[in-house]
Formats: sequence, C-alpha cells, structure tokens
Amino acid sequence: MNKCYINGVASITAQPTTNGKFLEDIISYNDIIFKADNPNYKDFIKPSAMRRMSKSVKMGVTASKMAMEQARLEMPDAIITGTGMGCRQDSEKFLEKILYDDEQFLTPTLFIQSTHNTVGGQIALGLQCKGYNLTYVQSSASFESSLIDAQLMLTEDSNKKIVVGGIDEIAKTSSKFHILNGELKQQPIPNLELLQSKTTGTLLSEGATFMVLDGEKSTKNIAEIVDIEMIYTASIEETKKNIEDFIARQGLKIQDIDAVILGNNGDRQFDTYYQSLQTSIFTNTQQLYYKHLIGDYHVASAFGYWLTCNIFKHNNVPSIVKMNNLEVDEHKNILLYNQYRGENHSIALVRKC
Amino acid sequence: MAELVEELKVKIIDQLSLEDIEVSDIGNDDPLFGDGLALDSIDALELIVLLEKEYGIKLTDPKQGKEIFQSVQIMADYITEHRTK
Amino acid sequence: MSKGIAITGMGIISSVGATVEENLHSLKAATPGITRLANIETRHRDSIMVGEIKQTNAQLETQLGLEKENNLSRTSMLGIIAAKEALTQASINDIEAHRTGFISGTSVGGMDMTERYYDSYNESLEYIRYIETQHAGSTTGDIAKYLGIKGYVTTISTACSSAANAIMLGARMIKAGKLDRVIVGGTDGMSKFTINGFNTLMILSDEECTPFDEHRKGLNLGEAAAYIVLESDAIVANENKKVLGYVSGWANANDAYHQTASSSEGEGAYLAMKKALNVAKISPEQVDYVNAHGTATPNNDMSEGTAMTRIFGKETMPVFSSTKAFTGHTLAAAAAVEAVFSILSLQENIVFPNLNFKTPIADLSMTPQTTCLEKELDVILSNSFGFGGNCSTLIFTK
Repeated sequence: MNKCYINGVASITAQPTTNGKFLEDIISYNDIIFKADNPNYKDFIKPSAMRRMSKSVKMGVTASKMAMEQARLEMPDAIITGTGMGCRQDSEKFLEKILYDDEQFLTPTLFIQSTHNTVGGQIALGLQCKGYNLTYVQSSASFESSLIDAQLMLTEDSNKKIVVGGIDEIAKTSSKFHILNGELKQQPIPNLELLQSKTTGTLLSEGATFMVLDGEKSTKNIAEIVDIEMIYTASIEETKKNIEDFIARQGLKIQDIDAVILGNNGDRQFDTYYQSLQTSIFTNTQQLYYKHLIGDYHVASAFGYWLTCNIFKHNNVPSIVKMNNLEVDEHKNILLYNQYRGENHSIALVRKC
Repeated sequence: MAELVEELKVKIIDQLSLEDIEVSDIGNDDPLFGDGLALDSIDALELIVLLEKEYGIKLTDPKQGKEIFQSVQIMADYITEHRTK
Repeated sequence: MSKGIAITGMGIISSVGATVEENLHSLKAATPGITRLANIETRHRDSIMVGEIKQTNAQLETQLGLEKENNLSRTSMLGIIAAKEALTQASINDIEAHRTGFISGTSVGGMDMTERYYDSYNESLEYIRYIETQHAGSTTGDIAKYLGIKGYVTTISTACSSAANAIMLGARMIKAGKLDRVIVGGTDGMSKFTINGFNTLMILSDEECTPFDEHRKGLNLGEAAAYIVLESDAIVANENKKVLGYVSGWANANDAYHQTASSSEGEGAYLAMKKALNVAKISPEQVDYVNAHGTATPNNDMSEGTAMTRIFGKETMPVFSSTKAFTGHTLAAAAAVEAVFSILSLQENIVFPNLNFKTPIADLSMTPQTTCLEKELDVILSNSFGFGGNCSTLIFTK
C-alpha cells in the first residue's frame, strides 16, 4: 500500500475548532440536538457565490479551503466527500412543499441541493477542479469510504493531491425524527456528561471536516494514514478480533499503540462495543473520545483525524478528551475505531510524521 | 406600472435570495442575465415559478423565459398583459 | 488493450423486465417500458411518461418473502431482486468464501417511504421503523444484510452517475487486490420527490422520450436496479468461472461548469471518455459501439454529442444509441442498467436501438442506431453523467 499523508486538516463542529487553539475553549450544551459553531463564512466565500449555498455547502467549502490553505494547495487532483444526509435542510423543505403545497410552486434550487454530491460539486465548481469527484453516503462510514477511495487513488498514482471531507447538517423536523425512533436521547442531557448517561440513544450535531491527502513525503506532512478498514457488521467479539488482526497486519503489537480514539456516544446499548475494548485489549492504552464535545452524526468520526493531527502538532492531549488516566510522553501511533449502532465499523492507524 | 416594477424587484430579490442586492441596485432596464445581475438558468426557472405563483402565468417552455426575463421592465410589461391574478 | 476485471454475473429489474432474460427479450423486440404512472399518486400523472416497474410494493414484499413489519423501501427491494439474480448467475453460494464487498449507487434511497410516512411519524408509532430509510445508505445496508455481506459495504451517491462510479470503484478495488469479489451497481425506486424535482427543472417530457432528436422534449423518469459481479483473476481461474465480459476502462471527471447543466463543449464528458480510454489502453477507433447517456434533455444530448464528436471525430463516429427510451432515466441505477445492456450487447453481438429518433440535432448531425443491429462487438463505451458536473465513463470488452 502506498503512503497516504495528511498535509492539512480543518474541522467545523459544535466547538470552536477553527480558532487555531486546541480545545482550550469548550462550549457546553444541554440539548438533544445542537448546532455547529459557525466560523465567519464570508471570510471564505464571496457573497455572490453564497446566495444559494445551504449550511452544508458553506461548511464544506469553508473547511476545505482551510485545509487547503494549511497544506498550501491551490488545486487538488480529486475531491472526495462523505455525507450521511447531504443538504438535509433543503431536502426537507422541498419534501414539505411537495406534501403541504400539493406539489405546486416548487422551485428547483431546493431540489438541486438535495443531491448528495452537492458539496463536492460546489467545491469543484468554485475551484474549477475538473478532476475525480465522488461522494459516499454510508452512515457512520461515509467519511471513511472517502478515505479508502483516496488511499486507493494514491496507490494508483502517488503524485495525486486529494481533498477529502465529511459534511452533515441538522434539519428542523427530520433530525428530530431520530428522537422518535430511539437513535437520540429522549431528554436533554449536558453534553459534557455524555458518558455518565445511563440511557440509550445519543446527541446529534453537525459539522464538516476536511483534509488534504498526498502520496509524497514532504515537510508539509502532519501525519500518515497507515491503513484503514471498514467492516459493515460485526459482533462485539468479532470487533475485538478485527482490531487485533488489524494491528497485527501493521506489524505492530497492542503496546505499540500510544492512544486509541474511540467513538463512544453515550448510547448505553451500543457503547458496549467500546467498553469491551477499553476493559480488555486497551486497558493499558491511553483512551480518548470526542463525541461529548461535537455530538454524533454520520461523519462525526472524521473529527478523530482532526484530533489525532492536533495531538501530533501540539504534542499534548487536552484533558477533556481523556477517558482514562494514562499519560503518554510522545504519541507516534494512534488507532481510531468507530461504529454506529453496531454497524459501519471503521478501524484506522494514523502515525506521526 | 411603476408600482408593479418596484414590487417585482422586491420579489425577485426574495425569490433568488439576492441578499446583497437592494431594490435601488436594480435598474428597470438593466439586463437580469449576463452582465447585469448575472443570473443563470436556475434563476430563470425560479422566476418561472414566481410568475405562476404570484401572477397566475404558466410558462411551459423554459425558452420563453429568455424573452420575458430580459429586464424588470419587460417582465412587468409581460405580467400586465398576461396576469390572471 | 488492458485485460480488465472479469464480470461473472449480472442481475436487473427495470420497466422492460424483471430478469436479465426479460430485459434482453424487450431490447431485441424493441419494446419500450414507457407508460403512464400507476403506483404513485401525483398531480403530474397525466403530464409525464415514466419507465415504471409495475409490481407494487406489496407484490415485491411477497416475492421476497419479507415479514409484514419490514422497513424496506422500494429502492431496497428492487436492489435485492437484482443483486440476487447477479449472485445466482455468478454461481455464488457461499458469500463469505472470499473477501466480498458490496458497492451500491443510489440517489433517493428510501425517499419513497419518507414521503409516504413523513407526516405520520409524530402522530403514531406505526411507521417509525421507516425513519432510518431517510438515510440513502440504509438501502445498501438492507441489500447487504439480505445477501449476507458483512465486510466492505458502501454507497455512492453522485446523482445519475452513481452506479458508474460504483462499478469503477469495484474494479479498482479488485485491481488493487483489496477485494477478491465485489457486487457493484445501483438502485433507485420511483418517488414523488424525484418526479417533482425534475419537474421543477422543466426537463420531463410529456411524451415518450426521443434521445438525440432535434425536437427532444426532455426525459422520462424510470426506476430500476441492476448489479454485476466482479471477481479477481485468481477466483476465475481457480473456480473455472464463466466470464461474461470485462470492465476494462473507467474514469470520472468533473465538468465544473454549473450545478445541474452540462457545459456546451461537454468538457467533463470529454475528459471522462478520454481518461477511460487511457485506462483501458484503447484508442477511440477501437470502440465498436457507444451506449450513450442520452437522456433526451436538450442540454444533455447536445453536450454529450459535442463531447463524442471531440473524442471520435464527426466522420468517424462509432455506432451509438441511448437505451433510455426503453427504460426511462433510472437515475442512480442508470449506469448499471446500461452496463447490463452493454454486456448483453457483447454477448449477443447486437446494438440495441435508440427508439423514437427522427431528426438529427441540427448543430451535430449525429444519427444514432435506430434498429437492432447485428455486429461483431468487442469494445463498448458507456457514458453516465449526473448533477454536480459528475461525468463517468466505463468501457466493457469481450
């Protein structure tokens, strides 16, 4: 497998994660659903281009520009995005107009935005990038699907510079449906106490995380994605074995993993996947988490890469993301594992450059 | 007529989310597409919906829009002649 | 010419047939599946023609033996039917015998259920099981579970080129040795959402669509699911598998021109065809037949025709046709439907006709094949384009 380096990473989340600081200021919420902490989009997007942009497009265009600035990249060879629901707000508005206005006076803009590849297409349009442009829609493995594609592309041609991102937004009505079907908490809880929750369901939020990937070694490299794997369904026991096998395939032992970033989302029923790892193979490994800060959504796991890169850059782990008390002098290998309701598992190894 | 022209400007700004544009920025005879407001084919479709919803004028061929949406004045003339509400 | 990735199975359900055999029969008989809408209530019923699969959801549920309390959307059910047929044809009994992946393209996913039950979710608990079908990828999950695929499963949603991109990704994964076997294609059920969406763009024809005709009025929406099975050379050799054809070229490029419309010079389409020919190591002269995207919208056919002229040259244009007048535009499934048709063309040595064509587009003077043509076919190029400037080309070889 060819090398896959991260040269830039930016994330817009419910926390102030675009201010250059590393989780120094934390916002606490007491809601089931909470919104992204918006950067000033006008700093990144011309007003004339902005008028038809929905939230996802604004977040995606802005985060991709931030990541490209960091990587000092002007024109990528490919743009690969992942999203669970795409421009959900406009899709919802269009659907409601169909249902409540008897299919009359519908306007095309809402429909056009409802297409899942809108953000990827808009980034390409803005950059005039005529290269490869793909969008994945695979629940909590949407972003990872993009990463696997990018990694494959670098294997085919290591010269490529690829923009990879994940975007999801909250919509007024349809997001709340997930309270009804039990995917979300039934009552608001303080987000920072997510892991103390004894109920099922999680908290929903939104955001965009973008990275610039490159097959070439250079001083721009922040980290290397050594390998990534997606597994659609697996039991708790199978998951443990999958992770052990994954680590072994990298020629590593569990002790070589300096920290593991887990996707615990406070859902009593499915956090057992993480807990069984925390109390077995990773007992002596530093354990980190982040969904109490940014909520859970289909591409929330992309934030794990932002966290990883910032740990490498700052050589420091903010205490707010720690689940146990183990200290590490210097992080070299960080393992990421995520799943959603026992499906769409992803395992990745990221190494410091 | 002057009233309709002003009303149209407000509605166009609203329908097309032209957030940074004021009514006073749009001249009655300014081209809406190309050099003027630089609207595009999606905007043309949005304006077709506006005609139907606000003035009861139903266009079936998007090509008709090219003639009608040349400027706010030409739009107003067309509406005056064809409106059903 | 590169050898390509072996295709060992295919399955399809469309408005011209519920199996590969039925589709082939309709294509050979030049019998289109374009009718008035029957299964969906909409005020546009009398103003559009569609490529609708006439089985109702209840009939599909029965056919698949689903439990009454299932939460499968039409998109999922159609997908299962087509994917099952593909696995059967590829003689795959043990799905876990090799590293098997599943890559599906869809645009609307479970939208048909969302639009049906959206209003009821707050009122009663009866249909809340359909809430998760809001996520388009849930349809892929439904199909994967039905087939028993547990490893690499993903969904591509790039509007009307989705299935082409799924086939491309599957071929690349096999080539890179990341998978041994992969089921690739797409599925999209008819929904009020897409009918109204395309209606706002004013590109739906009120008559049977007429691809590449000067007087074309727009597209007919269709619904379908189609999948093909790709397997590694090692499996083909070890298990002595029958190979139906090869996916030998693939590419995706972006037009970067407009959110929905294609550029007049067809830049994205041109780049996709050019790159796919490079991947396949095939020159334009070697292409025996082009299965065009040919949606019959004024914009697409003009833009695609221009791009084809740039690639092949006006005087040396290969035989081409759009099969959309048979099936309608089946959106995210279209490229998989046309992949199956292309493989059938290779097997049968028949170019399927471009129905309803009368007058060449004035500025292009390109005339598609309008009747079934028997011709030795070795190389077929198939185009699929979607919103967001998404342009994909696949090349199939014998």
